[in-house]
Amino acid sequence: MYTGPLQALIDELGRLPGIGPKSAQRIAFHLLKVAPEDARRLAATIVTMTERTTLCARCFNVAEGGLCSICDDPGREPGVLCVVEDPRDIVAVEKTREFRGRYAVLHGALNPLEGIGPDQLKVRELLDRIGPEQVTEVILCTNPNLEGEATAMYVARLLGPLGVAVTRIASGLPVGGDLEYADELTLGRALEGRRPVDV
Amino acid sequence: MSLYRDQGVVLRTIRLGEADRIVTLATRDNGKVRAVAKGIRRTTSKFGGRLEPMSHVAVQCWRGRELDIVTQAEVIDAFGRVRADLGRVGKAYTVLEVVDQLSQEGHVNVPLYDMVVGALRVLEGGDSPLLVAAFVLKVLAAEGAAPELDVCVACGEDGELVAFDPVEGGALCRSCRRGRPLGPDSLALLRAILRGGLRAALAEPASPVTDDVSALVTESIEAHLDRRLRSLHSTVVR
Ligand SMILES: [Zn+2]
Ligand SMILES: [Zn+2]
Repeated sequence: MYTGPLQALIDELGRLPGIGPKSAQRIAFHLLKVAPEDARRLAATIVTMTERTTLCARCFNVAEGGLCSICDDPGREPGVLCVVEDPRDIVAVEKTREFRGRYAVLHGALNPLEGIGPDQLKVRELLDRIGPEQVTEVILCTNPNLEGEATAMYVARLLGPLGVAVTRIASGLPVGGDLEYADELTLGRALEGRRPVDV
Repeated sequence: MSLYRDQGVVLRTIRLGEADRIVTLATRDNGKVRAVAKGIRRTTSKFGGRLEPMSHVAVQCWRGRELDIVTQAEVIDAFGRVRADLGRVGKAYTVLEVVDQLSQEGHVNVPLYDMVVGALRVLEGGDSPLLVAAFVLKVLAAEGAAPELDVCVACGEDGELVAFDPVEGGALCRSCRRGRPLGPDSLALLRAILRGGLRAALAEPASPVTDDVSALVTESIEAHLDRRLRSLHSTVVR
């Protein structure tokens, strides 16, 4: 529809997740107006990122070659692992400042309908860390949905015989919400995960 | 655009954009429906866990051109005991996949809807080695594609049946035999499921015979659909 290079950029942008044809067009026309050095810097940043970003050799978090910043941090407790589906989940857990151990990123969750089984995930790699890193506790921090729960149950079953304590993050009511709006599954989980109150 | 209410089972959901999901439902009165649940992935979403796969729900949706939009959802049954048991989750996945493959958008199929709800209720009550096989056989029968179990599917003779060919769609006599061997116990169990012996069949403990029946029924539905069922070939299921 547009001249070669412009249309080529619109097509490329349109392939990105969450960007439809309209947004692709808007971004392309915005870039048309920016200074050439800004455009060059953006292009260079994308190239540098894709070339330098790797997966951590230990936990499969994003890293810049070798180990990620968390695995590289001597202050982190080696015996406790937090299992997440995606590197972005690490950011969410880190923001809580509640966890001082290391991570294991599975890179997905079991989804039989999409043909995603254990072999497509970093499950074997997780099990292989238990002995060498003297792991005593594994926290299963997969998403609280059907796929995430199934993944947690599956991983827990494999970890059982290895003699580590396995815990699942509690799921329940969002802080700040009203009880009457909670659905049955969420409220049921919240009741299951109840804890004693100090009196 | 018009608003409608219906009941359905959530077959699957896929992520859409930043925080939405497309939810596929097998509904009673509108057939298979694909509807967007906006904001559902946010922890503060009004939908909460109401539109998780497997849940039996009452929904209100706007009818759209391509996709509908879910405006309200209430849980009829979330099948919590199935969700807490990996073996049963695997079976439920196969039930959902079969329904997804057989149902079509804009095509009402009340028997199929009743069967999926029924199968999930049975599973909620307890696990059974033959749950998937029984469900699939009933579905095939409703589709008019039940396997032939009385006479040889190739020659029509009513002598001893010793083999089963899922592509041909039934049992075979000694002279026509091909496909997999069929023992008398397996044949009896297949007949029982289709002829009033469902309850007893579901109470059968796991054995080589129930394994055999499950394998044979699986091959039948895959032949009928002309495609492999992904959930059956995932190692999680077993
Ligand atoms: Zn790491
Ligand atoms: Zn014959």
